[in-house]
Amino acid sequence: MAKQRTFYGAERFIGFLTPLALLGLWEAAARTGLIDARFFPAPSSIVHTFGALVASGELWTNLTASLRRLLLGMLVGGVPALFLGLAMGISRPLRAAIDPLIAATYPIPKSAILPLVLLIFGLGETSKVVMVALGAFYPILINTVMGVANIDKIYLDVGHNFRASRWQVFRTIALPGALPSIMAGVKLAMGMGLILIAISEMVAASDGIGYMIWNAWQVLTVDTMYVGLLVIALLGFLFSTIIDEVERLLIPWKART
Amino acid sequence: MAVVSMLSPKPNAVQDQAPVQISLRGVRKYFGSSGFVAVDGIDIDIPQGQFFVIVGPSGCGKTTLLRMLAGLEGISEGTMTISRSDPSRPENSMVFQGDSLFPWMTVYDNAAYGLRMRGVAEKDVADSVKLWLERIGLWRFRDRYPNQLSGGMRQRVSIVRAFANDPEILLMDEPFSALDEQNKMLLHEELLRIWEATKKTVVFITHSVDEAVTLGDRIMIMTANPGREKAIIDVPFTRPRNVLELRHDPAYGDLVFHIWEQLRDEVQRARLNSEGGK
Ligand SMILES: Nc1ncnc2c1ncn2[C@@H]1O[C@H](COP(=O)(O)OP(=O)(O)OP(=O)(O)O)[C@@H](O)[C@H]1O
Ligand SMILES: [Mg+2]
Repeated sequence: MAKQRTFYGAERFIGFLTPLALLGLWEAAARTGLIDARFFPAPSSIVHTFGALVASGELWTNLTASLRRLLLGMLVGGVPALFLGLAMGISRPLRAAIDPLIAATYPIPKSAILPLVLLIFGLGETSKVVMVALGAFYPILINTVMGVANIDKIYLDVGHNFRASRWQVFRTIALPGALPSIMAGVKLAMGMGLILIAISEMVAASDGIGYMIWNAWQVLTVDTMYVGLLVIALLGFLFSTIIDEVERLLIPWKART
Repeated sequence: MAVVSMLSPKPNAVQDQAPVQISLRGVRKYFGSSGFVAVDGIDIDIPQGQFFVIVGPSGCGKTTLLRMLAGLEGISEGTMTISRSDPSRPENSMVFQGDSLFPWMTVYDNAAYGLRMRGVAEKDVADSVKLWLERIGLWRFRDRYPNQLSGGMRQRVSIVRAFANDPEILLMDEPFSALDEQNKMLLHEELLRIWEATKKTVVFITHSVDEAVTLGDRIMIMTANPGREKAIIDVPFTRPRNVLELRHDPAYGDLVFHIWEQLRDEVQRARLNSEGGK
């Protein structure tokens, strides 16, 4: 046991060390001119720009704009996907009716729909929210349908044997049984949402992290571009940590003792 | 000695007078378009309060028969009549073959499932669940999830889930087959204890002849597929039974031998069937 623990401790330490070492190398290489600092500015200068952007409030404005669109889009796309998915998982006829639609539209890259979305919803907030919603909709829908459909038949037999009503079967078996799969879908949706918010803000926005990155390219403030990338990476990490935590709360039976 | 006194001349005298609870007439079950016959004409009457055991080779249709009794499977032919003595109680509850506890519910919530589904007030649910979990020695594990229990504990919870629902009929499909001998012996004792306290009608499926003789009032031996009745045997031991002492009884060994003899042919036939089917 003790041996295992120190091993995990060491693993963690190594995991921390590698990026630090790389950053150190990068810094050294940029300062000595080994790599072109116009494309790969030294980490210290990126951190400096980061501080400046925070101080000016610019970063905060862009961050909140992106976050708002992201969360709104997740809700707008995710909630209907969840309910439709549960319904499709339970009702075979509904699944038969809707499956082909999903199969046909799912492979279309969501970024390819952006012009159409802009055409329909205009350049305002709605189009960005719709893009995220589209990205969140599919993974959550598909994972929910699969989660319900793959519930072991014996649990449904137990439900019937104990005379559970349709609604009770839904609430006590379909939903909790599908929850692990649903949460996996939420994780995918969040990743998809981050990609799509960045893309749509680059094309059609005057604020947001995506806009910040795109604007930095246009005015060639490369440091700012890196700050934007860093912020997106941190967001991704933050969200997956939050979702993991929510998962632990919602699915306590998966926890190992 | 106690061993001798276990043999009484008319062991089923009381049950013979009990009203019939389950009556099957020519019950058949076909599956699919090929019309595969799983159960081929069963005629039995099971009196109220009887512990009825079904043994038979694998694939002979035991589970199918039980599922028809539970209403989880339709009957292709024949009639099934179930008489109710108390319509306010559920007709039957099943202990399923294999793991069937909801992994997402605690021991407590699993045990409470049936009562909650029929809208029993939460206070009464609590009383009943506590009683049953205490009876079977799992009350202090009530907040655990099934994956935090041993196989034997899980099996006990699924038995409690069925008993706590207080049905007229208990259907049990090889509830102990996955357990080791020692656990099995303890659970036989526990099951007999709680069954004798409630005297529900039980239909119990097993592969184990020892289990059948230890627990049952009456044993139906089934033929290899297609499943029919091969023999019905009365078990002469009195209640309450002592699981350990029972095995001392020479009549116990004789009965086990007698049942094995009849079962052996069917098990061999089932093997030939499955080899021929390849
Ligand atoms: N839904 C089904 N569709 C088609 N065939 C089925 C179905 N359920 C069971 N069968 C077939 O019916 C036969 C009897 O199955 P059943 O499960 O009742 O056997 P069993 O006696 O319970 O066997 P075991 O002791 O191994 O549990 C088997 O040959 C099985 O393949
Ligand atoms: Mg079976």
